[in-house]
Amino acid sequence: MNPFIKMIYINWPLQILILATALFGFLMLYSVSGGSWEPWTKPQINRFFISFILIFVMSAISISFWQKISPFCYILGLALLIAVYFYGDTGMGAKRWLDLRIIKLQPSEAFKISMVMVLAYYYHKLPVNKVSHPFYVLVPLLLIIIPAFIVFRQPDLGTALVIIMIGIFVMFIAGVHFGYFLFGGFSFFTLLFILFQSRGTEWQLLKDYHFRRIDTFLDPSADPLGAGYHITQSKIALGSGGLFGRGYMQGSQSQLNFLPEKHTDFIFTTLAEEFGFFGTIGLLIIYSLIVAFCIFSALATTDKYSRLLITGLCMTFFTYFSINIAMVMGLLPIVGIPLPLVSYGGSSMIVIMLSFGLIQSAHVHKNIGF
Amino acid sequence: MSRFKDNTLKSRLIKRVHRRIVLAGLLKASAVALLGWNIRKLQIEDSEDYKLLADANRVNLRLIPPSRGLIFDRLGTPIALNEQNYKVVFIREQAREPGKVLKRLANIIDLEQKRQEKIMQDMKKRSAFIPITVAENLTWEDFAKISVNLPSLPGIIPEVGLTRHYQEYESYAHIVGYVGPISDKDLESEKPIDPVLQIPKFQIGKVGVEKKLEKHLRGRAGVSKVEVNASGRVMRELNRTQGKSGENIHLTIATNLQKFASERLKGMSASSVLIDIKNGDILSLVSTPSYNPNNFVLGISQSDWNALLNDERKPLLNKATSGAYPPGSTFKMVVAAAALELGLIGLNDKIFCAGFYELGSRKFHCWLKGGHGKLNLQEAIQKSCDVYFYELARKVGVRRIGDMARRLGLGQAYNLPLTGLSKGFVPTKKWKKERFGTSWLVGDTLNVGIGQGFSLATPLQLAVMTARLASGKKITPNIIKNSNNNPDNPKALSIKENTLVAIRKGMFDVLNEKDGTAFNFRTTDQNFLIAGKTGTSQVRRITREEREEGVIKNEDLPWKMRDHALFTCFAPYENPRYALSVVVEHGGSGSKIAAPIARDIMLFQLHGGIPPITAYPEKQQFEVRNKLMDIEKKINSRININ
Repeated sequence: MNPFIKMIYINWPLQILILATALFGFLMLYSVSGGSWEPWTKPQINRFFISFILIFVMSAISISFWQKISPFCYILGLALLIAVYFYGDTGMGAKRWLDLRIIKLQPSEAFKISMVMVLAYYYHKLPVNKVSHPFYVLVPLLLIIIPAFIVFRQPDLGTALVIIMIGIFVMFIAGVHFGYFLFGGFSFFTLLFILFQSRGTEWQLLKDYHFRRIDTFLDPSADPLGAGYHITQSKIALGSGGLFGRGYMQGSQSQLNFLPEKHTDFIFTTLAEEFGFFGTIGLLIIYSLIVAFCIFSALATTDKYSRLLITGLCMTFFTYFSINIAMVMGLLPIVGIPLPLVSYGGSSMIVIMLSFGLIQSAHVHKNIGF
Repeated sequence: MSRFKDNTLKSRLIKRVHRRIVLAGLLKASAVALLGWNIRKLQIEDSEDYKLLADANRVNLRLIPPSRGLIFDRLGTPIALNEQNYKVVFIREQAREPGKVLKRLANIIDLEQKRQEKIMQDMKKRSAFIPITVAENLTWEDFAKISVNLPSLPGIIPEVGLTRHYQEYESYAHIVGYVGPISDKDLESEKPIDPVLQIPKFQIGKVGVEKKLEKHLRGRAGVSKVEVNASGRVMRELNRTQGKSGENIHLTIATNLQKFASERLKGMSASSVLIDIKNGDILSLVSTPSYNPNNFVLGISQSDWNALLNDERKPLLNKATSGAYPPGSTFKMVVAAAALELGLIGLNDKIFCAGFYELGSRKFHCWLKGGHGKLNLQEAIQKSCDVYFYELARKVGVRRIGDMARRLGLGQAYNLPLTGLSKGFVPTKKWKKERFGTSWLVGDTLNVGIGQGFSLATPLQLAVMTARLASGKKITPNIIKNSNNNPDNPKALSIKENTLVAIRKGMFDVLNEKDGTAFNFRTTDQNFLIAGKTGTSQVRRITREEREEGVIKNEDLPWKMRDHALFTCFAPYENPRYALSVVVEHGGSGSKIAAPIARDIMLFQLHGGIPPITAYPEKQQFEVRNKLMDIEKKINSRININ
């Protein structure tokens, strides 16, 4: 079929919502750089529109193609993770970045997509009667745990946990017996208990700074100028925004540099400070609508690969924004997770746009067949 | 069959997947609701608290120091003013290589290697945006040179601040005093604490008028509300409350006289006070040697401070108000006034002086070995006969002498804004009993009668005493112009006019009669005749053996053992307008040393400038002319420097 005719079947509301979110991002980046296109706004706009076109291109490509290459994507993703482990750039005490000359890639981000793809592929190919068979439960678990462990050793605990979460979520959607999840949940909390017990002993399982972060998270006021500084300042910014905000480019917390990482992970606080409750709830509604449209799209597909792919990727998107917002409000410990489509950053932008490309491809092809 | 089973299984699974997708969607929806709920709590419920915290973050209050009140002399010539202090500060973050910039700066102005190192250290200790003072008190030339070279000196910022500067500093140091950086001790004594004092190194008055009138001079600090960013850098000023400059102070001192007097006393450890008899205004109050108060403003160095402290001539001391000396023969007027007022002696009653006075087995000597013969009160003052006043003192008694002394202004501190005001001392019987445990002896009274022994007076008190005798009014000294503490019409002393006239005549004869003790230092200007009294106060005891062998001359004694030379006078005799006292520590005899000084100062004031040579007796004119010309030159050259 003519790829241009395919565009009619694109999930247009979703495209418009993506565009709206990105506009929010441009607005905030312009503000945090003190009313300037440089150094963040312009690159972000360029990046966004290039990857926005990429969504259309990807959606024109048949979903069966994406399905076929899923295992290769997974292997490639795994290879990149191993490569970053050996050759990656070190930043902030962790090896996360792979410099590919053209772009600096964070393979752990990109890996989330390939993992969702491979799990969807796996369950698509797996005969239905084997879904809950212990052996066939173990295989996807390994597909999840192995890369998660590599990411954890970078070390990047946050992303590792997100990878596990998304993986388990796909398995859940795929229909694996509920008992496994009960058992898994129980073991998780046991493990958590053991982790805390290990603190300060010879066999300590987490690094000291992980524990400190958890401490700060539990009581930020204990150390307001040290580790708790970020969360305290970020809450001040959020709270001082009030109902209508302090006005565009008028947020004292962000304009006067009280906020950490104000153009990346903490950009939500600037939005909250300058646009107030209406701004934050507005963005939250847009995000929720994106998720809702994905869910409707997933329910409407007839093909198992598409359904799992959409729900998995939608979950990835959901974890991004919910964890980020919860984090800046002090509901979760600070982990390096950006606000999707708003935070400045190439890697996360491309990953998110790629996943929307896949979602749109699945959406386009559910109506017109393969 | 199996296919059918497979199909049902498949459809069941599809249903399960659907169910789970919906379930997951609901979970996500509740997570979003939870987030929304939290946002609502932060942004609506607790918003006010967080707004306050945000303001606390961004707003800083900065104090703007008020400009200190100026101090003027009686004609409005500034004495203490706030001078523009040209300085350069350095902000490290604006320079890529601070070390190199400092080296380049050192090529332009004088900046020692040690100082450069100190600056580098200071900078490392502080945040990069905090300005560090590199050099202060630059000359305009240096300041201009730096300003021109700014492009090659990144981070260097020329600034103009205000610091106290004292004009005519040497002659005014003891009156005006000085300011200096506030110390912790100063802060303790201040209550309630003025916020401006918390400015580091804020200058407050430490001595003299600067200290005593601190409250008036200081003014009130302004407040500037500024917005700061997270690292404390000022971004902009939000608003500013203007402070209030300190009040200006006008002294009663006449600068030209003050300068002349201090030049005249130079090289001696001496002091002089000149009072306007009309209203008690102190026109000149000098103490030498002096010091440079400007050295204290930015904090004095330890070695300079030690040098001032260890100088045996005590440059830091204001001898005119805190130096208390035995008044010597200048006290004789007090005894005379007391005796006349009590009617214990008539104006023409004569007493015989044989050169000594016998009290039991003790002999009290007159300064004139052969004795004065018979003399009346006027002659006794003129010739300063000791025996006459031994007799008179004995008649009057120490209590009544003390009463008269206090009436004439001795033994009390005046309400002047000066530091270290001495009360002097008027002894009493009770005091001696308490102090030494022995009773008062008649011999003590005789000693008091000639101003020796226990009594002490400051040069200021002597001048006040003379002013009161000359006017018959209760003159109180006054150093701030138009201050209420001194009414224009002082109360009468209620001393009989006859008494006063007799004493004044005696004082007139001291200078203008041939046997007067200061006849040499009379003036020939008939319009401005001076009346005065010499005084020589012993600082050591003359033993019987020494007296028999001949009293050692002052010149042969070590400086510290020599007598103090005193002179107190008023003029013009007919219509008294000014009272003056001069005390030269360890100067020798009052008639030889103090009297000529007093004559020069008094004539200067009477003539409103360097006195004409014709005011001096012909024989002295040549010597005097050279001396006066010398002083004139020095005064003028100092004007040019300032």
